[in-house]
Amino acid sequence: MTTTGEVLLEAVELHKAYGPTPALDGARFAIRAGEVVAVMGPSGSGKSTLLHCLAGIVRPDSGEVRFRGRELTTMTDAQRSALRRGEFGFVFQFGQLVPELTCVENVALPLRLNGVKRKEAESRAVEWMSRLEVDDLAGKRPGEVSGGQGQRVAVARALVTGPSVVFADEPTGALDSLNGERVMQLLTAAARDTRAAVVLVTHEARVAAYSDREVVVRDGKARDMAAAA
Amino acid sequence: MSIGHTLLGLLESGPRHGYDLKRAFDERFGHDRPLHYGQVYSTMARLLKNGLVEVDGIEPGGGPERKRYAITESGITDVERWLAEPEKPEPYLQSTLYTKVVLALLTHRSAEDLLDAQRSEHLRLMRELTRRKQSGDLADQLICDHALFHLEADLRWLELTAARLDQLSTEVRK
Repeated sequence: MTTTGEVLLEAVELHKAYGPTPALDGARFAIRAGEVVAVMGPSGSGKSTLLHCLAGIVRPDSGEVRFRGRELTTMTDAQRSALRRGEFGFVFQFGQLVPELTCVENVALPLRLNGVKRKEAESRAVEWMSRLEVDDLAGKRPGEVSGGQGQRVAVARALVTGPSVVFADEPTGALDSLNGERVMQLLTAAARDTRAAVVLVTHEARVAAYSDREVVVRDGKARDMAAAA
Repeated sequence: MSIGHTLLGLLESGPRHGYDLKRAFDERFGHDRPLHYGQVYSTMARLLKNGLVEVDGIEPGGGPERKRYAITESGITDVERWLAEPEKPEPYLQSTLYTKVVLALLTHRSAEDLLDAQRSEHLRLMRELTRRKQSGDLADQLICDHALFHLEADLRWLELTAARLDQLSTEVRK
């Protein structure tokens, strides 16, 4: 567990409303390199909005999000896209793999978007697939693999660029217990090895148990339980 | 857990000395709470008295650790009955937690804080079990998973109670 060291990504006093409904109401958050932090809370509490703001996908109405001291909210869309491609990795509940591409092409995609040549990108993709124990699926399309396998392919895709932060939104939500456990083991082990920080949104306690600490979001406010203890 | 039945079950595969039984018990079931020698010998004395085990041999030197025990036919029947009988599902935690939540509401303290602190404590233990599970063998994994699922069930109750605090607060303050 990492409780010291420089804060990598930080949010201060985030406010975000969709129409008259506040999704975030003064939320704060901080994560350090190599840390796995679970973001928990009931449905509609603002967990996903917090993740989207942290990842620069959604712009908060007010408040600041800083990555290595750089303010995300004042960046241009192009700057934020570049940051997401270079520094962030994403895993969603349903792998969201591109169905027309093979698994290895899916994993290599973020590298290709960053300008890495095909051969080099696919060779690095296979390395990550092997680590996630799905290298034998390289030539298959997402429709031909199981949910658990597809999710491991998605984890490989999230890690292939060597991101500083991985955002995982209910990564095991669509899997059975055994597959969910395996995905969490592989995701957290790989992240710890590469010192990537993981922001893990989950409502499942057994998934949150893979984290170093938890932040509970309720009514748009985030409470850091380690700080509260 | 019934120590007597567990020791009897361990004897079914063949006679053993008391120290051997303790070692086998600790290895398989006593990770958190190894047996004391005293517990083993008092349990074996009781099983002997009830005819569920017999002394199979005594090594020279005397003392309880020199006795070798074997299971009897009644012992085997007893183990069989114990294994066939389901355990009483125990609603262990919620009575205490429920009392605390109601008392917190009655005394105008924060029941939400109480539930948050409890969730945090549950998760702390769940993290510990998850770490142990990852470094252990299959037996460790199964034992830890059992504990994890139970803790998870408690946590779901905590979440549901947290979501119903307003309603509960109105009820208890009527």
